[in-house]
Amino acid sequence: MAIANYLYLSAILFTIGAVGVVVRRNAIVVFMCIELMLNAANLAFVTFARVNSNLDGQVVAFTMVVAACEVVVGLAIIVTIYRSRRSVSVDDASLLKQ
Amino acid sequence: MINLALDIGKTATPESFLFYFLAPLSVLAAVGMLLVKKAVHSALLLAWVMISLAIFYIAQDALFLGIVQIVVYTGAVMMLFLFILMLVGVDSSDSLEENIKGLRLVAILSAVGFGGLLISLISRATFGRQIYGLAAANSGGNANGLAEQLFTKYVFAFEVVSALLITAALGAMVLAHSQKSKSQFTQRDLSISRFRKGSLKDAAGLPGSGVYALHNAVDVPALLPTGKAAPTSISAVLEARGDMIESSNFQLREEEEDK
Repeated sequence: MAIANYLYLSAILFTIGAVGVVVRRNAIVVFMCIELMLNAANLAFVTFARVNSNLDGQVVAFTMVVAACEVVVGLAIIVTIYRSRRSVSVDDASLLKQ
Repeated sequence: MINLALDIGKTATPESFLFYFLAPLSVLAAVGMLLVKKAVHSALLLAWVMISLAIFYIAQDALFLGIVQIVVYTGAVMMLFLFILMLVGVDSSDSLEENIKGLRLVAILSAVGFGGLLISLISRATFGRQIYGLAAANSGGNANGLAEQLFTKYVFAFEVVSALLITAALGAMVLAHSQKSKSQFTQRDLSISRFRKGSLKDAAGLPGSGVYALHNAVDVPALLPTGKAAPTSISAVLEARGDMIESSNFQLREEEEDK
């Protein structure tokens, strides 16, 4: 099996995550899809670390710290929106449109 | 080796078996994430994808990242997701019908285009170098090698990430903190407002419920000195619920008054 298969898997998972961000309307599920995209990128980093025979890619894969920060702030925003609107649907938070 | 597309190194048979077993399952779980209705099911499927990715990391000589993936992602982050899901109501299932017309079709078409572009790019890429794997880099242990990189070459990025973590924690605290929009009335405020009202009728407080009447339960109105029932003696909550006994039953009857 070629190592590139990991890259294909990463690309597929990233695409699925991107579709989820567009299609789903529950803000929490949208967030989970963003997590899926970040995970897919991490898989590519780890694979490239192996291809390059050094650990730099694995160090860059520490972007999962950034992902954790993003989850914390994003979920706090979702809780704040839920508190004021009693809904987590992304379609309901359209106050700026009017 | 140099110019062959797709040929950036081969894996051993057990690893390819692992990949062909787990990769379809994780793709299926990721697709299922988009299709299931309940957010909790999406979270469980995402946890499955993350665990299979952790197994892939470990298979690719990234032992430390694999463990961190399980601890941080499937442990902490997914727990946080489930926690928020429980907080905002677990039965708030997403309606899957599309709001914007044709959104789903456009999304799927562009996904096929984007994914096809990525995959065709990967398949045309050449690496142009011999693959040696991570055996040499991991010779002193994967965690040791990572630590060496992290605290020498990438130490500035490491410090920036720590600043980011602190900022995120502060930001979450500020966002999730809720200040009461109006202050609670104290007993003193309520008393002052009673005396400031137009009449002093209720200045001493409302009459208590049916004490000294035939019943002394909370759903029976009190009797005024005239023998009439006092409707204000009953809690407004009971009145709204309709849990009030008809007050005319407890009025002094004419015959009794005559005696």
